Amino acid sequence: MQVPVLKQGDYLIASIQSVLSDADLIQLRDNLGARVGDYRSRGVIIDVTVLDVIDSFATRMLRGIAHMLKLRGAETVIVGIQPDVAFAMVQLGLTLEGVGTALDLEEGLAYLNTKTKRVAVDGD
Amino acid sequence: METETQTAINSAVDIVTARQRGRALALELGFNGADVTLIAAAISEVARNIVDHAKCGEILMSSVNGQSGGRPGIQIIARDQGPGIRDVAQAMQYGYSTRKGLGVGLPGAKWLMDEFDISSEIGRGTTITMRKWKR
Repeated sequence: MQVPVLKQGDYLIASIQSVLSDADLIQLRDNLGARVGDYRSRGVIIDVTVLDVIDSFATRMLRGIAHMLKLRGAETVIVGIQPDVAFAMVQLGLTLEGVGTALDLEEGLAYLNTKTKRVAVDGD
Repeated sequence: METETQTAINSAVDIVTARQRGRALALELGFNGADVTLIAAAISEVARNIVDHAKCGEILMSSVNGQSGGRPGIQIIARDQGPGIRDVAQAMQYGYSTRKGLGVGLPGAKWLMDEFDISSEIGRGTTITMRKWKR
C-alpha cells in the first residue's frame, strides 16, 4: 500500500497507514526524494506509529531515506516508534544513528522547527 | 492446542504474511505484547534471509511444549533449498553480510529467540529452527 505524503508548510508528512512491504518502502523513498524537490521542503516527518515491526531492512531503508533527504537539503524525523518495536530494535542491535526521532507528530514538528531554524541561522 | 501454519516464501511480500501469521499464532498462544513483537521481528529476519539468498522457501510455525513442566512455546522453522551457507559461523557473526545488508538478520533473530539452530549444506539448502518459550 502506497504511503500518502502530505504537504504542511515547509514540511512533508509521510503517514504510514498499514504494514509495509519492501517495495512500499522503496516507493516511499523515491516519492520523498522527488517531492522534497517539487515543494522545496525543509523537513520531512515519517510517521511509523502503525508499524508492528521495524526489522533490519526497514531500519536500513529509513536510515537511507533520512540520509538521502539530508543530501537534498531536508531534515528528517521519524515519529511514533512503539515501545515494543523499539525494544525489538534494541534486541536486534538496530539503530537509527544520525536520524532524528521524536515521540509523535507534535514532537516531530517541534523537532523540525528547531532543527531547520538553526540551520537557517548557521547559514547567515 | 495443536496449531500449525505453513507459509510459502517466494517474494518480499510473503515476509509480511509470515510475520503476521507468526504474530497471530504467538498472541493465540498467550505471549505478551513485547514477546509477540520479538517473535514477529525474528520471523521477519529469517524470512528475509530466504528471499535474499535462496529466492524461495517456506516457514512453518507451530506450538510446542517444553520437556519439564510443559512450558508452552512457539516453534518456527524456516527452510529453503537454496545455495546453502558456506560458513555458518561467519554468517552468524554480527555485522557480516554477503550482500548490501546490515548483517544483523540471523544473529539478530538468534538474540530475539530462546533457542536457535541452523543447519546448512552447500547446494542443498538451509534450515533454521527457533523456539521461544512463554515466560
